[in-house]
Amino acid sequence: MKRANEPIFWSLCGAGGVLSALVGPILILLTGIVAPTGIGVPPEVMAYRRALAFAQSWCGKAVLLAVISLFLWHAMHRIYHSLHDLGIHAGAGAAAVCYGFALVATLATAYLLIVIGF
Amino acid sequence: MSARKPYVRSMDGWWRKNPYFTRYMVREASAVFLAVYAVILLIGVFRLSQGAAAYGAWLAALTNPLAIVFHGIALLAVAYHAYTWWKVMPKTMPMLHVGGRRIPEIALSAVGWAATLAASLVVYMLVRGVS
Repeated sequence: MKRANEPIFWSLCGAGGVLSALVGPILILLTGIVAPTGIGVPPEVMAYRRALAFAQSWCGKAVLLAVISLFLWHAMHRIYHSLHDLGIHAGAGAAAVCYGFALVATLATAYLLIVIGF
Repeated sequence: MSARKPYVRSMDGWWRKNPYFTRYMVREASAVFLAVYAVILLIGVFRLSQGAAAYGAWLAALTNPLAIVFHGIALLAVAYHAYTWWKVMPKTMPMLHVGGRRIPEIALSAVGWAATLAASLVVYMLVRGVS
């Protein structure tokens, strides 16, 4: 009997859901509004040297990989299941596209974090 | 091909006919904003790996008014998702009892909302403090 693969995607989606519920709003506020406009934080908050030092630390790598990867697993899982609500009765092809995108983005992030160095 | 032509009811705009369904679809739409935000961060990591000039261009692109507007909408959408995430959490877990009484759902949700506020404060302090 073929085992269902849904629990794997569901747990990745759940982990991303918790992470995005905890830090999603503050991260969007900080990197997308506060840092670019310089309101409330020092202007060099996302400067190259700081960002590089962050991405070169183990802690920073873990944060970047967890945020980018889990946000995408969560979002793509929900987008996949929302297709049905929009009247698109998608099968294995749409699942492959949605989860494939999350997987490729995860691998790309991991690769880039290795390229950036330690 | 079958000669039968079964009637399939149209799904156009079903979610606009009931405010409950509209809220549901708005919440699900927040996933799209979350995905785009994650891709923006991924591009940032990519540009960071290319060096100071490339990363600087990415930073400059974030100051574009369109980028600010996008992040403003994404902030509202993801904040709404965070609110509903904790709101439904008690329905997804076993009932908890203290002293023979069931802990009300709103108390469990409140713990989640408090956790989001605390985590947001910690992230903000970390980002500010290290600079």
